[in-house]
Amino acid sequence: MALALGIEGSANKVGVGIVREDGTILSNPRHTYITPPGQGFLPRETAIHHQEHVVALVRQALKEAGVSPADISCIAYTKGPGMGGPLVTCAVVARMLALLWKVPIIGVNHCVGHIEMGRIVTGARDPVVLYVSGGNTQVIAYSEQRYRIFGETIDIAVGNCLDRFARVLNLSNDPSPGYNIEQLAKQGSRLIEMPYAVKGMDVSFSGLLSFIEGAAANLLANGEATPADLCFSLQETVFAMLVEITERAMAHCNAPDVLIVGGVGCNMRLQEMMGIMVSERGGRLYSTDDRYCIDNGAMIAWPGLLAFKHGQTTPLQETTCTQRFRTDEVLVTWRDD
Amino acid sequence: MDRENGGNASTSKTIFSDPLVDLKTCQLLSQGAEAKVWQGVYLGRPTIVKQRFNKKYRHATLDSKLTQSRLKQEVRSIVKARKLGVPTPVLYFVEHEASAIYMELVQGCSVKAALHEGKFTEQERHDMLRDIGRVVALLHDGGMVHGDLTTSNMLLRGNSSLVLIDFGLSSNTTLPEDKAVDLYVLERAFTSAHAACGNLFDDVLASYRQHSRMWCPTLNKFAEVRMRGRKRTMVG
Repeated sequence: MALALGIEGSANKVGVGIVREDGTILSNPRHTYITPPGQGFLPRETAIHHQEHVVALVRQALKEAGVSPADISCIAYTKGPGMGGPLVTCAVVARMLALLWKVPIIGVNHCVGHIEMGRIVTGARDPVVLYVSGGNTQVIAYSEQRYRIFGETIDIAVGNCLDRFARVLNLSNDPSPGYNIEQLAKQGSRLIEMPYAVKGMDVSFSGLLSFIEGAAANLLANGEATPADLCFSLQETVFAMLVEITERAMAHCNAPDVLIVGGVGCNMRLQEMMGIMVSERGGRLYSTDDRYCIDNGAMIAWPGLLAFKHGQTTPLQETTCTQRFRTDEVLVTWRDD
Repeated sequence: MDRENGGNASTSKTIFSDPLVDLKTCQLLSQGAEAKVWQGVYLGRPTIVKQRFNKKYRHATLDSKLTQSRLKQEVRSIVKARKLGVPTPVLYFVEHEASAIYMELVQGCSVKAALHEGKFTEQERHDMLRDIGRVVALLHDGGMVHGDLTTSNMLLRGNSSLVLIDFGLSSNTTLPEDKAVDLYVLERAFTSAHAACGNLFDDVLASYRQHSRMWCPTLNKFAEVRMRGRKRTMVG
């Protein structure tokens, strides 16, 4: 059976995954670039981190999967969207391996990678997809060979809002700022009123972030709220917005099931809230854990393999990267519904 | 909220108190994202009862605040829009205790259904799209945005004359930014739900430009908002 090796590194995670034609993930190692508290990750430093780890990860992936380069049928890499430097790093590695091993190369859209990974891992057939991460916030539904965006953020992504709030509180970035907010929120109980911005099926988080960046110091100093209360209130507010737009999209396309993908998707409170909404509508919630929610190599290898099986490969001279690459630009040749 | 989804008559509990009209005698037309819409009779007239229900996934405080403010906003906006000459259903009664609004039953289908069924001639469709542009311009010039402009929130009375419904996300504003986002939401509704019909939104926008007194700042802002859409391919 055909095997694909996928390389992902559009943000601060670099990962290499090997996937078999039947959807089995043979190996999926990854390494995360973790910055000190109060700081985000910058493109240049992130690219250097990826350069340092990617070759070792390829070796590890081959070893864990118990395969040799001769068994690999194609190489998939992230074409975009993402940060330029880190993307280019992985594309160079992918090109080199494709030439070295004499196999075709396929550029994959990162968002489509998340969706297809979520579908194969959970077995969801045709769900409404909520894709929430540090760089993206989209409500997506499939129709006529495209993943169409029904709602999205009109400014910053929800993960970006959470990450930047974590910097306000100086929370650790290890393993991720969002995880530490989630843990701290469990001790919070007071709901602080925050801006709630839903515009049709779109959301906006920049006003909310400005508000909390401005108000946090005062609220904490006056004893009106603890850091835990702020985390709790922020989660309750932004997740309610996300569940609301997902529900609006479900009503709009008359679909009962939901799949949550992307890094923020491993938040248990978000999954819990979404689960309540979906069960009220008589549908099913599909979600995955941090192995698949968070960026990884297998999520690139799998759609790469699907495209490869349907005769789509990327000519070497077109194996470029792009920081802007919308989910709905991809022609989905491998679905026939 | 969507009128087409002939939702299932689930029996989830109503909130606050029971509405004046016994919902058992009513027919559930649809369950949208935040309200159930029933058809019944109030003071001898065929009536739509729109009842917001509590969302159990939301924090209770946040939920009741949102439900109450949207109910109030919807009622105020329906009245204000009518004053501006924007066709909306006639408001019969508001029952805060039950989060219910009673309004006229508009006989006719939604614009979304009409476009999907393709029961227009080319000319009729053109006229209807122009009418959408005119009505939205009227609303915006009056200092309001709808907040959830979609083709399922537009009905055709007697299958011809346009009626705007669902003002739950509307707000009072004169900012070009807000109006531009309102248009952007509508454009997205056209591109996501009516991709197969071609560039319908162009007719809407041309008519908006013709009918709005403040079209210039709004449409400039609209171009900006469009560019803002994330991860869009840009040239240059």
